[in-house]
Amino acid sequence: MVPESYYLALSAVLFSIGVVGVIIRRNPLVIFMSIELMLNAANLAFVAFGHRLGSNDGQAVVFFVMAVAAAEVAVGLAIIVAIFRLRRRLSVDDLSLMRW
Amino acid sequence: MSPVVPPPAVALGVLLPVLVVLAAAAVVLVLDVLPPRDSKAHLGGVALAGIIGALLAIVMRWGTDARAFRDMVLLDTYALYFDLVICYAAALIVMFSMDYLGRTGSESGEYYSLLLFSTAGMMLMASAGDLIVVFLALELMSLSLYVLAGFFKQRLTSGEASMKYFLLGAFASSFLLYGIALIYGATGSTNLDRIAAAAATRNAEPMVLIGLAMMLVGFGFKISSVPFHMWAPDVYEGAPTSVTAFIATGSKAAAFAAMIRVLVVALRGAQPDWSALLWALAALTMTVGNVVALAQSNLKRLLAYSSIAHVGYMLMGLVAGGGPGPGAVLFYLLAYTFTTVGAFGAIALCARAGEEAVEVSDYAGLARRHPVLAATLALFFLSLIGIPPLAGFVAKFYLFGAAVRAGYIWLTVIAVLNSAVAAYYYLRVIVYMYMREPDGEPVAVAPSLAGGLALTLAVAGIVILGLMPAPFADLAQVAVAPLLR
Amino acid sequence: MSTVWLIPAFPLAGALTNIFFGRSTGHRAHWIAVPALGASFLFACAVAARVWSGAPFTTTLGAWIVAGDFETGITAYVDNLSAVMLLVVTGVGFLIHLYSVGYMHGDPGYARFFAYLNLFVFSMTMLVLAGNFLLLYVFWEAVGLCSYLLIGFWYTRDSAANAGKKAFIVNRVGDFGFGLGVMWLWTELGTLDYAAVFKGAATLSPATATGIALLLFMGACGKSAQLPLHTWLPDAMEGPTPVSALIHAATMVTAGVYMVARSHALFERSGSALEVVAWVGTATAVFAATIGLVQTDIKRVLAYSTISQLGYMFAAVGVGAYVAGIFHLVTHAFFKALLFLGAGSVIHGLHGEQDLRKMGGLASKMPITATTMWIGGLGLAGAPLLAGFFSKDEILGAALGTEHLGIFTLLLAGAFMTAFYTFRLLFLAFSGAPRMPRDVLQQAHESPWVMTGPLLMLSVLTVVAGFALGLPLDGSRFAHLLASVFHPHEGEHASVVVLLSLVVFGAGGLLAFYMYRQSAVKPEAIGQPRTWVHALLLNAWYVDWIYDRLIVQPIYVLSVALAQVFDVGVIDGIVNGLGRAVSAWGAGLRRLQTGYVVNYALTMLAGAVVVVAFFLAR
Repeated sequence: MVPESYYLALSAVLFSIGVVGVIIRRNPLVIFMSIELMLNAANLAFVAFGHRLGSNDGQAVVFFVMAVAAAEVAVGLAIIVAIFRLRRRLSVDDLSLMRW
Repeated sequence: MSPVVPPPAVALGVLLPVLVVLAAAAVVLVLDVLPPRDSKAHLGGVALAGIIGALLAIVMRWGTDARAFRDMVLLDTYALYFDLVICYAAALIVMFSMDYLGRTGSESGEYYSLLLFSTAGMMLMASAGDLIVVFLALELMSLSLYVLAGFFKQRLTSGEASMKYFLLGAFASSFLLYGIALIYGATGSTNLDRIAAAAATRNAEPMVLIGLAMMLVGFGFKISSVPFHMWAPDVYEGAPTSVTAFIATGSKAAAFAAMIRVLVVALRGAQPDWSALLWALAALTMTVGNVVALAQSNLKRLLAYSSIAHVGYMLMGLVAGGGPGPGAVLFYLLAYTFTTVGAFGAIALCARAGEEAVEVSDYAGLARRHPVLAATLALFFLSLIGIPPLAGFVAKFYLFGAAVRAGYIWLTVIAVLNSAVAAYYYLRVIVYMYMREPDGEPVAVAPSLAGGLALTLAVAGIVILGLMPAPFADLAQVAVAPLLR
Repeated sequence: MSTVWLIPAFPLAGALTNIFFGRSTGHRAHWIAVPALGASFLFACAVAARVWSGAPFTTTLGAWIVAGDFETGITAYVDNLSAVMLLVVTGVGFLIHLYSVGYMHGDPGYARFFAYLNLFVFSMTMLVLAGNFLLLYVFWEAVGLCSYLLIGFWYTRDSAANAGKKAFIVNRVGDFGFGLGVMWLWTELGTLDYAAVFKGAATLSPATATGIALLLFMGACGKSAQLPLHTWLPDAMEGPTPVSALIHAATMVTAGVYMVARSHALFERSGSALEVVAWVGTATAVFAATIGLVQTDIKRVLAYSTISQLGYMFAAVGVGAYVAGIFHLVTHAFFKALLFLGAGSVIHGLHGEQDLRKMGGLASKMPITATTMWIGGLGLAGAPLLAGFFSKDEILGAALGTEHLGIFTLLLAGAFMTAFYTFRLLFLAFSGAPRMPRDVLQQAHESPWVMTGPLLMLSVLTVVAGFALGLPLDGSRFAHLLASVFHPHEGEHASVVVLLSLVVFGAGGLLAFYMYRQSAVKPEAIGQPRTWVHALLLNAWYVDWIYDRLIVQPIYVLSVALAQVFDVGVIDGIVNGLGRAVSAWGAGLRRLQTGYVVNYALTMLAGAVVVVAFFLAR
């Protein structure tokens, strides 16, 4: 039996990896994947908590989040494709027309 | 343990206003593929009809206090009040959009259906009685708005706005979700009432507080509070102006609705912990918003920073966590929505040299050529400054008064000082409109029946709120009262 | 509904008509604006008669802001003081409206001008009628806004637009204090209604009362151009002359005096606040008079004179002589409006010339203007038996009677300077040899009757008001009239005061006669700084310069340095003055907004870390 704290630690680590990924990567696709990692870290935490509390709520939430993540993927990729059509390059640093 | 999960009772009445909006969205999607294919103007009418239907449903349900789906969805006066604000904003924006989209050549059915989907998301946020519904509704709203922000597909800035909004918004949402997970872990529930009950029995645990902190990041992003505000100016500038108006008002109102419910209902026990933080956020937000707005030359960016500053004022009403503050925030949101939708709508009507007129200097000499529009825009700005007797003044009065009565004197002094500074940049726009001559081609105004009607409604709103605020302020206090019990 | 509301209603209706139908009313705009004021004046007379023969009354139009147990209505409080103010505002306002028909004739913004002017009278009458501090604050802001619109009326001149902006911003400084004062009052007493506040003032601790009173006085300093917030008024002369007469001499700038007199219960509770009022007023009176000695622009002389005379009024209310202060407010409204309108008539006759050095010998060219301006000038200088003589003597007598010897001496010196600069102006404009170019002299003409008529009316008032209101010397009719508002003040009228003020009047007049009529000073030497004192005065004690160097520039330098930390770029030089300084700071912060998604995410993360750390640290 793996103790709950292990799951939580793993979830925190996954979340942090996601955050760092968002900060240091330049490709919007990779940034986007990092964000998915953060969402899944939250999912892991939900499942772990749900298990400890002996309720199904935690697991149920995960299904919702997965559905939302899928919708996010669809929208995100659409936006990325739309931008790629205009620019032919894929780096978030190009996205600085508007500032100050 | 029974192997069969009993199905929850289906009580669609509680969802009635939202369902009307969603149905209208579906109708728009279907009509979009039917003839006539070349003109989409009628779809705006359908969308408007849907929103008016929702408004009727809201009025019908007024005074009832219903909850359903195991308390996940609440339709109390509080939710109905926000539904009213959101639907009102959405209706005006549809009216502004009808002509604006035609002129910019991006008329299409999915614009209206996305607008309606995001409206539904906002209304659900106000009705959320459960953190999961908060998250789902927020995503429904946001995903639609991400797409809408990039709706001018041929414009680089629009795509950039969409991308920035999407990446940063998703980043913030994952913080929110993780925060929900931590609170679930600490209290054993995602239901607001049960969280409150669980949190009341013991002292605030670190896990609850960390969860709250992460949720505040998510909410802070949506209401664009400093330091989570940086997306706002870029997105406001790049997005189509009608969409900007909706992001600035509807999504902000919805985020405030959910945030107030979470803070005041679920986490009231932790009020001593979060009030100091909100104090600092409020002071920081209003100061940064106002100071940076001073240096802006793009009107949409200027309004973006101005809206950040207004969020700072509104946060001030929440610091006390009770008393007259939250009601004052609700009233402020109403006044702010009227004014801001009107200001962006007026901008959407202006064009210069075939482009949208977005630079402050584009508005030089507007008063001479289009005195009525200039006077209207000036009224919105005067209301944003807080010049009596317009809505902005009364709203500020209630809000500052509530903060004073709660004992936050210094925060109020900062706010009063801020609103004195703010007069300067709003005034600059008025000076340009009334006291400068344009160099080059003057700004042109596209005559639009729907747009004119919407502007009239917005002006009537700020004048009525300014002259007869009492019934509306009572409404706001009544709406928020059940939460504070 | 009480007839009181008709007083502001007429000008409001006039303003709205000319705003919305300005295109069709056009050059006929005065047919709406002037009768509106006339009707307003008649109703003011009726209301005044009712109050004087009866008792003060309160009337409410409706509830406005309701918050819990706090309720503020649109309430008018009418007593003898507000009746006096109403008569001055609508009466002098009516004459100035009439005058404007001639003065603004042919201006492209004719309808707009009358709309703004009517709007101002509406706001000013509402300010006077207001029955609570919130409504007072509302119309306090509104008159400021009208003033701003009218100063910048000729906005094609850059200087006019800038002057308007300066007036607005300097007034914001004062209003900031005023707003805080009102808010503090509300937290202490839970109400803003006059009656309740003045009754509750006795329960305040003196320290609290001092704080509130001083904050309110800060607003008065801004509105009434007292030290150190006086700098906007001379610049405000960029507006059309009728505006200077109505707003920046007779009515709006006296709102501060009215407010202090109205809230005297509050100021008396504090005591030390009254001392501050008296000394700020005295200092301003002397300070502005010294600058007035050397100005060469006819309207600027009058502007500094106005600041100085407002100082007298504050000095009066500061020593507790409210009646004297309000009396001077009334007489000053007559003769200063007369002087401004006369100056406008001169400027009109000379096709826009405002420089005293290019005038002279106008008495024969424009006899009515010259005569009436002489009467106004004598009134201001304190010639015996004219209005200013009575009111100024009351102030001096009160200062002496309350044993404010320092204030008395300074005010007496101020009276000497007042006589000097007034006579200097009159001699330079109307006597001696003409100094303007030949063609201007030939075209110089008397103004039409619609302009000279108001001048004559105001001269009559200047002559009569002193007798009518200022006698008998111990316990004048005016004091009797206001006895129900202000508890009776010891009407101690020492003959030594009369004697001394006659001496300084004569001395100032004679010195001016010697220097400018006998031409001891060569006309071409006027306005040329000969000594450092002269230079100091010509530059108005360098106050604008000091503000620029001590406040504006340092912030600007700092912000440029701050901005360069982020980006060695050019700061957009869009705005001027104080605005530029603060906005440059804004530009510095703005550089943080790099446009890169990553930086935004990083800032959000930093924010998140701080928020989490905050909660963990607790």
